Amino acid sequence: MSVTVKVNGVSHTLDVELEMPLLWVLRDELGLTGTKFGCGVASCGACTVHVDGAAVRSCVTPVASVENHEIVTIEGLAEASGAKAALAPIQAAWIAGQVPQCGYCQSGMLMAVSALLKEKPKATDAEIDEAITNVCRCGTYPRVRAAIHSLSNA
Amino acid sequence: MNIKKPTRRGFLIAGGLAGGGLLLGYVSSGPSRLTLQDKAVTRGEGERFVTTWLKLAPDNVLTVYVPHSDMGQGVITALAMMAAEEMEADWSLVRAEQAPAEQAFANESLSQNFTDGIQIPSFLTGINNAAWYGVAKLMHLQVTGGSSSVRWTGQHGMRVAGAAAKDLLIRAAAKRWGVDPSECAARLSHVHHEASGKSATFAELAADAAELSALSNPVLKSAKDYTIVGKPIPRFDIPAKVDGSAKYGIDVHLPGMLYAAIKFVPVFGAEVVSYNEDEILKRPGVKKLVRLPVGVAVVANNFWRAKEAAAALELKIDAKGNDTRSTASIYAQHDRDIAAADGAKDVEIGDTEAALKGAGKLVEATYRVPYLAHACMEPMNCTVWIKADGKAEVWVGAQDALGTRGRIAEIAGLSFDDVTLHPMLLGGGFGRRIPVRKGFADFPSEIDFAALIAKEVDAPVKLVYTREDDIQHDAYRPAVTSVFKVALDKEGLPVAWRNRYVTKDDPAEAAHIPYSVANQSIRSIESPTPVPRGPWRSVAHSQHTFFTESFVDELAHEAGKDPFEYRRALLKDQPRHLAVLELAAAKAGWGTPLPKGHARGIAIQEAFKTIVAEVAEVSVSHTGELKVHRVVAAVDCGRMINPNTVEQQVESGIIFGLTAALRGEITIEKGAVVQSNFPDYEMLHMADMPSIEVHVLESGAELGGLGEPATPPIAAAVSNAVFAATGKRIRELPLKKHDLTPLSAKLAQAAE
Repeated sequence: MSVTVKVNGVSHTLDVELEMPLLWVLRDELGLTGTKFGCGVASCGACTVHVDGAAVRSCVTPVASVENHEIVTIEGLAEASGAKAALAPIQAAWIAGQVPQCGYCQSGMLMAVSALLKEKPKATDAEIDEAITNVCRCGTYPRVRAAIHSLSNA
Repeated sequence: MNIKKPTRRGFLIAGGLAGGGLLLGYVSSGPSRLTLQDKAVTRGEGERFVTTWLKLAPDNVLTVYVPHSDMGQGVITALAMMAAEEMEADWSLVRAEQAPAEQAFANESLSQNFTDGIQIPSFLTGINNAAWYGVAKLMHLQVTGGSSSVRWTGQHGMRVAGAAAKDLLIRAAAKRWGVDPSECAARLSHVHHEASGKSATFAELAADAAELSALSNPVLKSAKDYTIVGKPIPRFDIPAKVDGSAKYGIDVHLPGMLYAAIKFVPVFGAEVVSYNEDEILKRPGVKKLVRLPVGVAVVANNFWRAKEAAAALELKIDAKGNDTRSTASIYAQHDRDIAAADGAKDVEIGDTEAALKGAGKLVEATYRVPYLAHACMEPMNCTVWIKADGKAEVWVGAQDALGTRGRIAEIAGLSFDDVTLHPMLLGGGFGRRIPVRKGFADFPSEIDFAALIAKEVDAPVKLVYTREDDIQHDAYRPAVTSVFKVALDKEGLPVAWRNRYVTKDDPAEAAHIPYSVANQSIRSIESPTPVPRGPWRSVAHSQHTFFTESFVDELAHEAGKDPFEYRRALLKDQPRHLAVLELAAAKAGWGTPLPKGHARGIAIQEAFKTIVAEVAEVSVSHTGELKVHRVVAAVDCGRMINPNTVEQQVESGIIFGLTAALRGEITIEKGAVVQSNFPDYEMLHMADMPSIEVHVLESGAELGGLGEPATPPIAAAVSNAVFAATGKRIRELPLKKHDLTPLSAKLAQAAE
């Protein structure tokens, strides 16, 4: 079946099953490997992307359900944020705060946090705890929180 | 610093680059190796060959090749800092890369030529399997584990190479200017002659320096003169980890690549009898099925298609009698085996049996911890391409790139030289990605399966585990049972310490105690099961620190003493431990009032030469809900290389250990793992985080590791705090198993 997806501003028409999760379309069909496979059951958030600006777990999102929607992945985050520099402010904050360790979960973490901050630029700790349920095995959580606060206090 | 002079049989070598540049490294055999090095990393114009560790290019950029994997622990940056410090390099001109999986970049020189008591633990080298492992020689060469990178490679390799390079450059400059080397100094990637005002860049001197012979024992800098080491330097690897460009093993994308998923037999030790091959081959995108010792692999043109097809496989299985085992039966086996045998000697001091008979008060307890999975965020994967000409290429993130390369060669039936391994980033390691480990021959992994599949396919194949595969087919942190019997004297201090446990693991000293007890008998009993096991962050410390530090807490309470003061008394001959313990207690406000319902617990452990004490503050609600509010850690790792990563690794180690203590549990039923994914193998999240404070005490002692030592104490610190809050003693993890409501705690106390 033919499906058209618009990812980071570019439309792609693909011959894939309608139920194929967006994650595997991005990774295996489009070669956009910044979006990560973590659990396949929407539990860990490593696969988080933006669909029309909202954080969505792409591992359980059938590709047909996001046809004609604006999809943004980590590779397109800087441009979508309107940043003039190569990095979105949140990415710069992640470097300044030396947040990542192994880094594998950080694409999803950045996409989840950027969606939260768009809605709640001054997110409180309670709001962060509720919204950011991404799993990080390295335990970057304290630095994720500090980096979020560095942005909301900026 | 207290560094023993290493004895060396190898030598430092220096060589020139065609366009003017310097290469420096350390080899233990002749220059024949240089051709291999040449192939491995020479890329730019004017680069002829490079040596093991340092490359100075014509543009004055210094590249440091690090023979370890960076899994987020910051080792690539830390080791580059150590080399650059000694060389007096301008940090803005320093780059670092993981060394290629070539022997020339191995730690062989270190492991073979430094004999000052440094030994690579056997759990990292799989030395037990040396005969079975065809390329045994290559083991223990690029291992990242045992919190060893900075302690071994950094301290004994990078610093020496950097200092020798500086010496060469200074001598080259002095010769050119006709002055004495002692009048010249290196600073910020230049050599200066202050008296004449002459100066030259390192690169300008490199060709001349390459003509000189390198010192094997160059003078190392004194710590007080450090300008790079000890500073919180940003890590090299971070920018690529915030824009999606970092490439992990799972991200490899090759033209014509196929994808593989495995349907495993769930029962350990079971075999496949038959399966519905014809039906599966009809599915979209499916190319081939490959029978494996542990199941059947499906090869397809997209991972999702492979995974869906694997899920649709119907396997007929012969359990081989292995489908009756359970966690309960394994624990019963532990108890039987401990009762039946006195085991092998671990520690024997004094006459413990006599002292146990003679003393006043006996305290006995049995502790247990379950199996644990590693659950690296990056699901296991390995990409192998065996080409028609008999050569193979491998893409994988590994904690031992060379060992992995050798393993692939062995399985694929190729020579080591015919296999090229491209080291990729690791999305977590924690011990899971060491290919050669104790018992490995019995417990094949994704490395073996990827090679077996690739042999049957005429294209590069990327094998990926689903999260369910990862949780159910790991090499688990072993479940362990430990039985204590201790006699207390009139003062309540232990005079005899008897401990029997299954099973001996590494590091050897994990069950030893730092406390002064006159009579000690610690022995290990073997109790094998078919459940695969492997190293897990901090290895055997992860179990024994929980046992020992919880039990010492019990003794303190039996003696009617404060647990911190009790430990102080027992550590009076251990000044470093004492200082760390006291620092943690002071920073945590030990003994100061807490909000109602809150309580503190303390624990201490030395692991990989680093001593960590942790104080946990918890509360338990009337409904039994446990919350960890604050963790204060005190750390003596000798000296900090990069404070930025020290803090990060201690936080990381605590959160890893806390996750396991509160929720981590792999159980076995009918011979198979019960848990399957994050919903039932639970992780901590942002909302679960305590505040964590890290206090480092730089004692100047021998450098200790940092990737692991913060993990062991947290389970005991939290459990001891739970006891202080509720009166309920936790002797089995995870904490989520326990009913902590006040009534349950009272009943438990009454039962004791």
